[in-house]
Amino acid sequence: MTTSTSPTSSRPSSPPRSHAAFPSGPIRSVQGQAAVISGDDIDTDRIIPARFLKCISFEGLGEQAFADDRLELAGAHSLDRPERRDARILFVNRNFGCGSSREHAPQSLMRWGIRAVVGESFAEIFFGNCLALGIPCLQVSHDSLVDLQDLSTADPALDFQLDLVTAVLKAADRHWPLEMAPGPRHLLLSGQWDATSQLVAHDQELRATAARLPYLVNFAPS
Amino acid sequence: MRVSCCESRPAVSRPPFGFRLLGSAEVTVSSGTLYDKVWDLHRVAELPGGATQLFIGLHLIHEVTSPQAFVALRELGLGVRHPERTVATVDHIVPTTSQARPFADPLAETMLATLESHCEEHGIRLHGIGSGRQGIVHVIAPELGLTQPGMTVACGDSHTSTHGAFGAIAFGIGTSQVRDVLAAQSLSIDKLKVRRIWVEGRLPFGVYAKDLILHMIRQLGVKGGVGYAYEFAGPAIEALSMEERMTLCNMAIEGGARCGYVNPDATTFAYLHGRPMAPSRANWERAVAWWQSLASGPEAHFDDEVRFDASALAPTVTWGITPGQGIGIDEAVPTPEQLEPNERPLAEQAYLYMDLTPGAAMAGLPVDVCFIGSCTNGRLSDLRAAAAVARGRTVASGIKAFVVPGSEQVARAAEAEGLDQVFRAAGFEWREPGCSMCLAMNPDRLEGRQISASSSNRNFKGRQGSAVGRTLLMSPAMVAAAAVRGHVTDVRELLLAPPHPEPAQPEPALS
Ligand code: SF4
Repeated sequence: MTTSTSPTSSRPSSPPRSHAAFPSGPIRSVQGQAAVISGDDIDTDRIIPARFLKCISFEGLGEQAFADDRLELAGAHSLDRPERRDARILFVNRNFGCGSSREHAPQSLMRWGIRAVVGESFAEIFFGNCLALGIPCLQVSHDSLVDLQDLSTADPALDFQLDLVTAVLKAADRHWPLEMAPGPRHLLLSGQWDATSQLVAHDQELRATAARLPYLVNFAPS
Repeated sequence: MRVSCCESRPAVSRPPFGFRLLGSAEVTVSSGTLYDKVWDLHRVAELPGGATQLFIGLHLIHEVTSPQAFVALRELGLGVRHPERTVATVDHIVPTTSQARPFADPLAETMLATLESHCEEHGIRLHGIGSGRQGIVHVIAPELGLTQPGMTVACGDSHTSTHGAFGAIAFGIGTSQVRDVLAAQSLSIDKLKVRRIWVEGRLPFGVYAKDLILHMIRQLGVKGGVGYAYEFAGPAIEALSMEERMTLCNMAIEGGARCGYVNPDATTFAYLHGRPMAPSRANWERAVAWWQSLASGPEAHFDDEVRFDASALAPTVTWGITPGQGIGIDEAVPTPEQLEPNERPLAEQAYLYMDLTPGAAMAGLPVDVCFIGSCTNGRLSDLRAAAAVARGRTVASGIKAFVVPGSEQVARAAEAEGLDQVFRAAGFEWREPGCSMCLAMNPDRLEGRQISASSSNRNFKGRQGSAVGRTLLMSPAMVAAAAVRGHVTDVRELLLAPPHPEPAQPEPALS
């Protein structure tokens, strides 16, 4: 038998996760179970270990999220709990996503199914990389976070509703205020977080620009 | 290291007309510079977050940073907007011993095969192995005449700044921006400030463009250029050949400047004339007329200005773990007391990692591997300079020395002059083109604690393939000198002395 670096192979078979569509358009709310990642300064190497970077596509990265942590915990990792195989929200502590700027980290979380991250604070580049994928990273106070982590740990199947319009997180008749800078929040709410679609939308302006470039017009290569 | 330190060092001085480095709170805006003119011309739209949508005139792609971008494009249901403005080659992962397909490394083979199929699918020109035009992306685009003054050039590789040598605005981008440029021939980007780096004098004998840029990074710091484009200007810059200007702009990014450029002039036009993709016949006159109008004029306003004097430089070599930790070959490794307080923690790390003592001389330090190549110094003039040192001499015993031409065209041109024979006769290996040991994504790598004399651009810990390997950056001529002596050597000694059989054993270290 060949050994595999994939933590999935060493895990008792668990029900397959449903694949949510990737974020698109305005992001107003996220709903689903939460997974708990405890600890400050969780770096992008923990989220997706370096050996998974030698790849030609982000496609398989979802299964490798937190690969080494999950391997070590042999099925007991928060993401591997069968009750929350469809987790959509991560509860994290301080400076989450620090270290290497690799885009593979938010890509792997998105492909696992994560659609929002709620934590005490985030590394700047990670925050930006998530924003570019339509994944809001929202801040809560330390006390609220501990509360949320405890709640989700006690009841892994508990459902959370995150409302980006009002910046409130709700579950089981309770609610917690969330924070996000107005700029990125506006980009998410208005659906303008997706740089590619905005660029593509300006095709007429693009043509006009090309039409005034001497090297494309006056002495274009034949 | 900030500019305050420059006052105590003779080779840089502040200009007389009163300027200072701008704090981030002060916003002044450059105007009338080449950067401003090219930026304005390529502006497509202003975006909601405050960034500009900038048209990209030339998009260069390679096998490492493009595959995920193509997949993302497919997921979005988009095609390549301007395949005719997109050009591909393969460089980072190619082996340099045998390039027969399939490659021995199955992952390298997969990466190349993936690039081939993406180019095929989208109608993108790929300069593949054996095409006669393959090579390091920053070597082939200039030599094919693809890179031209006044263009915006983007590539998923930070050393894209190289193309600024032609008076293009060229910068490296990340994978999601590669996707954006493929999809929309443009990207969302913020405008940089412009710092003019004015260089007086002429490079002295035995001193090269590599020494000049290493010296600038030493003086201005590896983060000194963050937020800036660097305009290199002045008599010393005007006297540089195109290949020397490429070496200079190539390493602007190592000083923190995302792009560096030189105003186009007669040297630029002479280089471009007759290149396969350069304008020809009637187009040529029109092109030159436009190119001439792009240079920063006397009315240009810069956000900042710094001055250097090239005449005061010596061959330079790095002793530490960032390109900013360089010294003249006749200087000693700085002691903590000689450094600014904020530079000391990194210096302490560097002493340990490099196993060097503060105050020690670099000349005489034994090396294990000598690498001549990379997008910084893998062009014909670089190989000529190294061959001039190697000619009639022999690589010291126990030294592994190899030459990796930057492209197939460089290799053929060097062979036509017999440079390959000069290197081979001296005991260097003559390899096939690629990035090779610049970043060691192929089999060329350091082993264990080996120390290299390298003509590449990064001396970070583990950069050359061994997690504990050590790198000394220097000019190709200096690498050749280290190879024949077996230790770090002032190349001027060899350039002055007639070739003679070198002692097989390293000489005792100079102190
Ligand atoms: S030679 Fe080195 S720096 Fe240049 S493109 Fe290749 S890997 Fe990057």
